[in-house]
Amino acid sequence: MTAGLWQNWVLPGIWITLQLLVYSAALAAVVAFGVGMARTHRSLFVRFLAGAYTEIFRGTSALILMFWLFFVVPPLLGWQLVPMWAAVLALGLSYGAYGAEIVRGALNSVPKAQTEAGVALSFTPWQRMRLVVLPQAVPEMIPSFCNLLVELLKGTALVSLLGVGDVSFAAYLVRLATQESAQIYSVILVIYFVIAFVITRSMKALERKTKANLGVAVR
Amino acid sequence: MNWDWSAVADFMPRFWDGLLVTLQVLVLGSLISFSLGLVWAAAFRAPSRFVRWPVHVVTEFIRTTPLLVQLFFLFFVLPEWGVQFSALTTGTLAIGLHYSTYTAQVYRAGIDAVPAGQWEAATALSLPAHRTWFAVILPQALRRIAPALGNYVIAMLKDTPLLAGISVLELLQQSRLESASTFQYTEPLTVVGVAFVLIAYPASLFVRSLERRLVK
Repeated sequence: MTAGLWQNWVLPGIWITLQLLVYSAALAAVVAFGVGMARTHRSLFVRFLAGAYTEIFRGTSALILMFWLFFVVPPLLGWQLVPMWAAVLALGLSYGAYGAEIVRGALNSVPKAQTEAGVALSFTPWQRMRLVVLPQAVPEMIPSFCNLLVELLKGTALVSLLGVGDVSFAAYLVRLATQESAQIYSVILVIYFVIAFVITRSMKALERKTKANLGVAVR
Repeated sequence: MNWDWSAVADFMPRFWDGLLVTLQVLVLGSLISFSLGLVWAAAFRAPSRFVRWPVHVVTEFIRTTPLLVQLFFLFFVLPEWGVQFSALTTGTLAIGLHYSTYTAQVYRAGIDAVPAGQWEAATALSLPAHRTWFAVILPQALRRIAPALGNYVIAMLKDTPLLAGISVLELLQQSRLESASTFQYTEPLTVVGVAFVLIAYPASLFVRSLERRLVK
């Protein structure tokens, strides 16, 4: 592969893939915490809404959601949505539903007595969540969130079908330009593997640090 | 919102054709991933690390890279190497291969959960390797494995639309063809999206009940 192909397509593609990953991971985290906490709410109605959200968004394919958000929703609402943002919305909403299950599992794993201790100290429900439950639940979530982030990275490849110039789309362009597939697709697969490897290592380091900090706090 | 029921009716013949292809990919892809996953899982337990190590690297590589790119790799590169498959066969192979790396982890966890005494008992009875696996270990492991495999079948179902990328006539591709000829995107895409929820939700309820019954 020539330097020109790298400079014009592959490197900008990697940059767009990383941007997509960061934006959709941020949205997925907000959705995951919002919906996950709503699934442990006292109100049956709130729990039902959060449960319905999770089932619907986990039940359908992220790619179909992406097409739907690009081709169906904007014309209905009279908006113009660029493919990049349709992709971020689809990935964030879809992977947020998976994240919500991780948050719910971690919140439920904190012993009931911890919440009761918060009640005994006259903490408000929000204080109990913020000061007692979340600090214990977050370290539990990190390994699952690491897997989810790798899944999200793989999910970003779907945007190439909407024509967003990510690294997979770069492979398509290079293939058209060079009429040669083996080399470019091997390179692209290795790029994804390296990004996933960096994510896994960073999350492991974060997990160690978080647990060590918690250990200090407990002592 | 201008919802056109006649567009839904017009789309239905294509929808049923697409559903048939989607289910075909799902069944064959599941069979490939279940059998290949077992091969990977057996290789994870191989005595030689010259077998274990490459298998770990290969499965990890497949698991952490996108199915869509693997799909394009197989679809465009295999013909360059002189191997020609139809888009449907390539898609089914890609999905089966990709998910075999997940099912391998499921098998591994299930096999690891069988108590060590069972292996020792098989050794004490001098059972040959195939009898140890098929008569002692796997029947016990399968109880724990079945629900997790079910979850991956649902995940596979949701990944079948990726095959539209190589023009396999599954549900999404059928809706794209319909939209290209009628310029109506809302109805075909919504019908396909709803169909996925309607198939996936009861399936996930079934897997959950299976989990409650088998894993106790």
